[in-house]
Amino acid sequence: MRIDPITLTVIQSGLQQVCDEMDLSFSRAAFSPVIAEANDRSDGIYSAADGSLIAQGSQGLPVFVGTMQYSTRTLIEMIADGRGAAPKPGDIYIVNDPYLGGTHLMDVRFAMPVYRNGEIFCWLSNTGHWPDTGGAVPGGFSASASAVEQEGLRLPPVRLFKEGVMDAEIYAIICSNIRVADQRIGDVKAQAAALYVGQSRLERILDRYGDATVQEAIEELRARAAEQMRAHIGEIPEGQYSATAYVDSDGVVNAPLEIKLNITAQGDRLVFDFAGSSPPCVGPMNSVLATTLSSVYLAMRHIFPDVPISAGAFEPLEVIRPEGTFLDAQYPRPVSGCAAEVSQRIAEAVFAALVEALPDRVTASPAGSSGNFALGGEVPEEGRSYVMYQISGGGYGGYAGGDGISNGCSTIGISKAPPVEIMEQQFPVLYHRYALREGSGGAGAQRGGFGLDYEVELLKGTARASFVMDHGRFGPQGALGGADGMVNSVRVTRGGQMFTPEHLSKAQDIALLAGDRVRVGTPGGGGYGDPLTRSAALVAEDVRLGRYTPEQARDLFGVVIAGGEIDTEQTRALRQGHR
Amino acid sequence: MSDKTSGAFAGIDVGGTFTDLIHYDSATARVRLAKVPTTLDNQANGVLAALDAAGVDAAALDLIVHGTTTTTNAVLERHLCKTGLITTRGFRDVLELGRRTRPQAYGMKGDFKPLIPRDLRLEVPERMLADGSEYLPLDEDALRGALRRLVGEGCEALVIHFLHAYANPAHELRAGEIAREEWPNGNITLGHALLSESREYERGVTAAVNASVQPLLRRYVERLADQLADRGYDRDVLVMNGNGGMVSARIVAEEAAKTVMSGPASGVMAAAYTGRRAGIRDLLTYDMGGTSTDVAMIRGADPAVSHEIEIEYAMPIHVPMVDVRTVGAGGGSIARVAPSGLLQVGPDSAGSTPGPICYGRGGAEPTISDANLLLGRMNPDRLNAVSDVVSMGRIEAIFAEKLGAPLGLSAHEAAAAVLRIATAKMADAVRMVSVSLGEDPRDFALFAFGGAGPLHAVAIARELGVPRVLVPARPGITNALGCAVADLRHDYVNTVNTPLDSVDLDEVHAHFARQEADGRAAIDAERVDIAELRVVHSVDMQFIGQTHLLRVPLPHGTPTRQALQALFEEAYFRRFQVELPEIRPALVNVNCSVIGRRAEIDLSALIDAGGRRETLSDAQTGSRKVWFDGWMDTPVYWRDHLPATAELHGPAIVEQMDCTMVLEPGDFATQDADGNLIVTVGGAQ
Repeated sequence: MRIDPITLTVIQSGLQQVCDEMDLSFSRAAFSPVIAEANDRSDGIYSAADGSLIAQGSQGLPVFVGTMQYSTRTLIEMIADGRGAAPKPGDIYIVNDPYLGGTHLMDVRFAMPVYRNGEIFCWLSNTGHWPDTGGAVPGGFSASASAVEQEGLRLPPVRLFKEGVMDAEIYAIICSNIRVADQRIGDVKAQAAALYVGQSRLERILDRYGDATVQEAIEELRARAAEQMRAHIGEIPEGQYSATAYVDSDGVVNAPLEIKLNITAQGDRLVFDFAGSSPPCVGPMNSVLATTLSSVYLAMRHIFPDVPISAGAFEPLEVIRPEGTFLDAQYPRPVSGCAAEVSQRIAEAVFAALVEALPDRVTASPAGSSGNFALGGEVPEEGRSYVMYQISGGGYGGYAGGDGISNGCSTIGISKAPPVEIMEQQFPVLYHRYALREGSGGAGAQRGGFGLDYEVELLKGTARASFVMDHGRFGPQGALGGADGMVNSVRVTRGGQMFTPEHLSKAQDIALLAGDRVRVGTPGGGGYGDPLTRSAALVAEDVRLGRYTPEQARDLFGVVIAGGEIDTEQTRALRQGHR
Repeated sequence: MSDKTSGAFAGIDVGGTFTDLIHYDSATARVRLAKVPTTLDNQANGVLAALDAAGVDAAALDLIVHGTTTTTNAVLERHLCKTGLITTRGFRDVLELGRRTRPQAYGMKGDFKPLIPRDLRLEVPERMLADGSEYLPLDEDALRGALRRLVGEGCEALVIHFLHAYANPAHELRAGEIAREEWPNGNITLGHALLSESREYERGVTAAVNASVQPLLRRYVERLADQLADRGYDRDVLVMNGNGGMVSARIVAEEAAKTVMSGPASGVMAAAYTGRRAGIRDLLTYDMGGTSTDVAMIRGADPAVSHEIEIEYAMPIHVPMVDVRTVGAGGGSIARVAPSGLLQVGPDSAGSTPGPICYGRGGAEPTISDANLLLGRMNPDRLNAVSDVVSMGRIEAIFAEKLGAPLGLSAHEAAAAVLRIATAKMADAVRMVSVSLGEDPRDFALFAFGGAGPLHAVAIARELGVPRVLVPARPGITNALGCAVADLRHDYVNTVNTPLDSVDLDEVHAHFARQEADGRAAIDAERVDIAELRVVHSVDMQFIGQTHLLRVPLPHGTPTRQALQALFEEAYFRRFQVELPEIRPALVNVNCSVIGRRAEIDLSALIDAGGRRETLSDAQTGSRKVWFDGWMDTPVYWRDHLPATAELHGPAIVEQMDCTMVLEPGDFATQDADGNLIVTVGGAQ
């Protein structure tokens, strides 16, 4: 090795800084709240040879951790074989085709080549979740779409910016096919500006250390990230680890989808095999290959958060292509649910498979849903229509070091939920409650976190309610003897009659009138370890705080509480009786 | 006016380790300084000790301005008073649910404890809607029942926090009246009183912080006033707020949350003041201490203020505060070789116990401070806070073993590598703060203070491309100076949140007029001599559909619709370089700050002119070998002895009571009339 380790560290943090600054620039200038507030975006640097990931912003949305290297690789291949236009300096490609290394249509990728001495040195790319890309329903999450065309406008990689200037004709085509197009120009300018910011920062690093040194550092850093991941994998005893995770339904056919995962630990390598998982589905709960891979990577990064994000970290992780399953969907299968829901079930399968091998690192399963409740409505007397999104968190799994977090965000996201007061300002709704969902945390030595219990009433006009949630059929899995978290619950009260949607966690276009209500309980996290070994004092504390009833304390934890006090004798007897 | 104060005053800042004092007598323009250990059990004892150490007679003082960490420590260490919450039915868990996040982007673990436990959060029937209309009347019987239950539970402080109270506070006000009948003391916080903005979690946490530190602050300032009265001081004590202004101790506890983070704010106020006098109005402040580093931005001699500071994970305190960002590394940050073979500095810190190796308290991990010592940048004989003398040989051996061996470097090369990486990381952190505020750091000068700031500032400036560094005369007591020069300041915010097209301008003008009147009355009540009263108007605006707000300064409080539109577009373009004529703006907040500036202090008195030497060589105390890419024989100067018009060429070391400054080869420094050293950074990237 010629490069000294100190320069290597400095270049590593320099490349990281380029990405973090792109993230910051994108969010600050973006228009869409999905990007600006919820940080549903990511920025990174990719190799010129094959698009492999060099560095990625630390505040990017986790689900994009592995996707952009596939879209960049596909773009490089398409340019090489003539399917894509050849680039020039200052060009920016736009692409949202899920089958070309993406997630769903709403995640729009930009990619820009960075030139040095007339050659492409690397690519900069970013992804931003646009609020709408056309299709059957506003926002793109059609729970009953059966082909990608119903989900929105699909763009192959085309140069939206040519030598730094936006192609107004391409932009006009896009704007004619999406809703609230007049605000998109703000996001497009922000997304492109982030890449230009990244380019000028990167050029300063290249000028300072020299292209050859930086290139050498990139290769060395990749090798070291791979070594670090291999060292971690070495902690896992050799053998087979399996788990199954379920998606409630695909939104069209009311039957569960199975993710079967078998992980083989072989020395310093992990092989992920999804053979036996359900075939491609009719509704939009299919995953494209890039999302499936990215879900495995982000789960591993949750387990080993210290390994820097780079292609090297992924090298020891071999995912056998799950051909013929719903985790490798081909055109024209609908895919809108892949990023928000299926990805989280894949991560759950990874956690559930590895928790026995890595009991000190892995948690029991988290709620793992974005909890998307969309309400599209009209208030005729005010002449306005609206689309409201309520995303919500759920309980995380217990783990060796403690109880699960309550109302945590999705496994693949990092975004905040909107305040009730803001929702009521913007939409004609009234929240009757926004509360901890009592009893929802899975019992365990370390219990799961609690989900959310909210109830919304439509105050004016008419509206249609849609739900893209999950874990309505089976709760998040407990681990090492812990119980599953409580299942997701959706109850609609319409004209005084209460009902649960047929697909439990998924439904589209339920018509509502003023006075109708929706009540949602989000899943609790899985419990970790035998609940009968949980400290009776902690159980009593949860009862005192109203998180569990005394009956639940007795039935789930074997702790008898009378008059607010632990009955030590009866508790001992009950707990021994269970053994 | 005889009942107003000016003559002799003291600024006293209580920090984590030391209590610092600056005494200034405007009659003689003389300064006295003191630095004594902080007394954590009762900070007032340290305050009195500082007065003694400076030889100041409290009875002869006209004014004491005080910065205290009472509330900061209580919040960060969760030593809070037992507090109850009464809230809208259906919403008692808002404080526990937060905004649905997790502590880190990766790793599904962590812990979060709400400020008020669930059994002390009670609900009553009542409801306002977002437009301020009443949906359900307040159930007063239920309220009385809830109050009695919380009193019975032994709660010392109370929060009443109702949904949409920012839009219509009638229920909160009525509940407050009833509470005053039932509650045994005055520790009652109404949610809308501190912060009249939407967002129930942020407003609720702000109120809960206020309530749960209020009794502590009340007791502390009463005790301090009593102890000072025993010494014959019968004037008002003024207490620093996090917005960089100060308020009377008589009322400070009412809005106790505003004192959280007041220490860092004082330092930034002193920097702004010093910079303005030096003619350098755009500054990035760099305050490096033992465990962390604080960075803030000053534009046009005004510190950036934020209403949306989160002081730790899920702990937003949405009152105006000087926007000080803590960026990690301090002198105690630990260096280690990671499993990947890369040298890393931080994020772990040796803290103050065991601390760096050189503290002699059993620390055995190499830190930034140890690297400075090993490379000759710091003088081992001038270390404060050392328990036991540690030999350089021991530090060298630890560097050689833990860093040098795995990296193939000598101990000194390893120490240099630690500093190089620390510099790069800190420069990146400063850069991110600057960029997040929409500015290029190269347009600023770096203002270095804190015990370790001047050791690293020049290297960081070079890395950032910042052309100038300002090191004030007394970097180690900058926070106390902030107390001494602080303004009286009151900030007001009202939420309008309406498209600009349909804003009721009369309402906006009325908000401004009321805010200004309230501020003038508040300052008048503080009975402090004011040299100048400033009223600063601004609005927060955004394009409809956006979530980020942009602060738009206004020239006066009666803007027209056209002026608001034009000023916003101009500010937006300056910030984002984007014009968006297609989209309509909205007016979100109406803000007003009423600022009373006190008489000017002559900072040149900070260094006694009588102690200055005639020539640079007379100010030199010696020389030693210092590592700058290799050993160089480097002159060492005593700061207080530098001649008034000193010019220094790097490499050079400047030492003073509690601080060391490093000038690297190629740097050039001059001293100005206030005793600031202003460095022209050589070879900035």
